[in-house]
Amino acid sequence: MSAGRGMNEPRAREFRQGVRDVLPVLLAAIPFALLIGALAVQKGLSAAAAVIMSATVFAGAAQFVALGLWDNPAPILLIVAATAVVNARHLLMGASLAPRLIHFSPAGRRFCLFLLVDESWALAERRARQTALTPAYYLGLGLPLYGAWTVFTAVGAVAGAAIEDPQRFGFDFAFTAIFIGLIVALARDRASLAVVAASGVAAALIHLVAPGPLPILAGSLAGLTAAAFLGKGGQP
Amino acid sequence: MSGEIATFLAIAGMALVTYATRGLGPWMIARLAPGPRALAALEALPAAILTALVAPSVLATGPAESLAAIVTIIVALRLPIIATMAIGVACVVLLRYLI
Repeated sequence: MSAGRGMNEPRAREFRQGVRDVLPVLLAAIPFALLIGALAVQKGLSAAAAVIMSATVFAGAAQFVALGLWDNPAPILLIVAATAVVNARHLLMGASLAPRLIHFSPAGRRFCLFLLVDESWALAERRARQTALTPAYYLGLGLPLYGAWTVFTAVGAVAGAAIEDPQRFGFDFAFTAIFIGLIVALARDRASLAVVAASGVAAALIHLVAPGPLPILAGSLAGLTAAAFLGKGGQP
Repeated sequence: MSGEIATFLAIAGMALVTYATRGLGPWMIARLAPGPRALAALEALPAAILTALVAPSVLATGPAESLAAIVTIIVALRLPIIATMAIGVACVVLLRYLI
């Protein structure tokens, strides 16, 4: 930005690029953060507890599921177990992202992993296909998303009953559309299309019998199996 | 007061297991040290996970979602993510209203 910061230029540029790339995700996430805050208060949590949850857990799907199970007093084991199941997909995402994080410092890597959510992970994977993934770019993705998630949870907790279900306005499909855009960017060759087909069919079929987190794991493993058989990854 | 303690224990537990799911992936990969073939398959993992995330909504929710997904794919081949998102959402709202 200013002339005196020549050393930081590339880093600042990387960060800004991350912020630009995460913007659509940010817009789509805000209504859900508002809803999380409103739901939490409705379930008897204080506004402070709602914000602490968003700031320490920072995982939308798991927070929705947990709040659905919430009671007074909270069924701790049930909530923690459900959170683990819903977030099990992070294991796969972390495994897939690991080779891209090798050049990060150990502390930087641990912090970046704390910021890992579906959307920041997917954007980081896309970035890694184009150029080296840097901590500055990753933080450009993760920090605005984390800030917005926490702040808008607070707004939702205060606004409470005034918050409408984002599904009514089609916002639930916003993430589907973003992910479709990223799949199109990642899967451009025939081998990747086979992976996408295997994963999609497996996930949809499992979803019909057991909706929830299982289709994500089953689909991912089906795609991985297809890739292993084809002996080729997602790269052209 | 005990209700409040349960609330904070539940949140702390959620935070701990969530961080474990985020941190253990790279740890597992470092321990398993996959060979070249497995690494090549891992390259395909992002597309596989993303597809598994959207497949229930795209293939098994309803005609409005499936049709909107087809439009979204076509748009995504040409336009950036933000436009893809806007058109996808507009499509699903319209189709849910019509169908």
